[in-house]
Amino acid sequence: MGVISPIGSGKEEFWQGLLSGRSGIRKVTAFDAGGYPCQIAGEIPDFDPARYLDRREVKKMDRFTQLGAAAALMAWHDAGLDRVGIDCDAVGVSVGSGIGGIRTLEEQYRLLMEKGPRRVSPFLVPALAANMAAGYISILLRLRGPNAAAATACASSSHAIGDAFRVIQRGEAEIMVAGGAEAAISQIAFAGFCSARALSTRNHEPARASRPFDRERDGFVIGEGAGIVILESLDHALKRGAHIYAEIAGYGMSADAYHITAPDPEGEGAALSMQRALDSAGLEPEAVDYINAHGTSTEYNDRMETLAIKKTFGRHASRLAVSSTKSMIGHLLGAAGAVELIATLLCMEHQTAHPTINYEVPDPDCDLDYVPNRARPMKIDVALSNSFGFGGTNATLAVKRYVGA
Amino acid sequence: MNIEERVKAIISEQLEVPLDSLTAETTFEEIDADSLDIVELVMALEEEFDLEISDQEIENIKTIGDIVNYIESRI
Repeated sequence: MGVISPIGSGKEEFWQGLLSGRSGIRKVTAFDAGGYPCQIAGEIPDFDPARYLDRREVKKMDRFTQLGAAAALMAWHDAGLDRVGIDCDAVGVSVGSGIGGIRTLEEQYRLLMEKGPRRVSPFLVPALAANMAAGYISILLRLRGPNAAAATACASSSHAIGDAFRVIQRGEAEIMVAGGAEAAISQIAFAGFCSARALSTRNHEPARASRPFDRERDGFVIGEGAGIVILESLDHALKRGAHIYAEIAGYGMSADAYHITAPDPEGEGAALSMQRALDSAGLEPEAVDYINAHGTSTEYNDRMETLAIKKTFGRHASRLAVSSTKSMIGHLLGAAGAVELIATLLCMEHQTAHPTINYEVPDPDCDLDYVPNRARPMKIDVALSNSFGFGGTNATLAVKRYVGA
Repeated sequence: MNIEERVKAIISEQLEVPLDSLTAETTFEEIDADSLDIVELVMALEEEFDLEISDQEIENIKTIGDIVNYIESRI
């Protein structure tokens, strides 16, 4: 696994951040956010792409690709793949992005307006394309297996990982580099999300702004980053003695068929997604110990997701633990699902549920066990990770602790 | 700085190649500049020297010396 997040990069730093319930939300530094209703974000101010990538290549890439490629190199190294000879034709890449290279688009559009069409970079189009992280990772690691990028808004990287899981199941690759990357802390993206009334305006206390399931939640906070996991067929992983964090047990997808931005208030689509993940894993609802929620800190999502969990799990809903990584890192949009799956895997590895921070005022509509404010040691053998996106698209990944053959 | 030095400085910055490795005889092939790199470089040169270089003229440029000669003939 490889992760770059507003509370730390690399699995150790990320886990320490999750465990201690640290917030990575601060005043925006990428641009002067003075005139915007929302002025806070989960940024990665110290990210130096040249630490991971060739300087000349870095200039041609949008920040989302830099983040994705850096996280992929971390994951590749963590999986020990840089130390063994592998057949790169049997290794694919499935790395999504919700928005793609919007910062480059914004900068180049400004040049177009100021200086005319002859000053627009020849690297604009490749920097912009949402599959460029996937493309660049394949070039960097010389991977000639299947190559794709899900672009399903805030569910992108969950779909990317689920789709990669299916690629391996179908026998089209032995290994898939899978996840997502996003870098949408840009003026135009902020303005758009603000106009959609999606963002928190708790500008005076950034660290307390992302408060999933709390009654005083008032919108999500945009974050940036990347998460990449290495999926591998069990045979291949065992043969080379790889460290196995967990087994992807199931994958569910659905649509709300309801509205472009608002979730179905009845949570039918989200419940279907979770149910399908359980069915494809052959798991009973009672087997699930922990759910890493989509938990955005918006009024609608958190109420709907709570209801959907109750519909799917019945009486077991109140016995399982649910937490939201977004309470600490904000909403990484297309990278959220991958970074949150990594959070889930770390919770499983440490047998500890990370907290939902800023949970202070209970909401009668959100009445599950959200692991408020403090990490909790507990048995986690089976977990789900939810991602829901604009367009009403839903994805759920089910993971199981690997206990050996 | 003379024109050759200004051209080299731009190439060095844009393509991340050490300044002292560039000579008038250096070709774009030697510094791994592909067609997109060259387009971007031409933009920076147009900006620096306030002139316009057509695609046809770009095709005749093989070395740093070619660029310098071309710019000298135009200003």
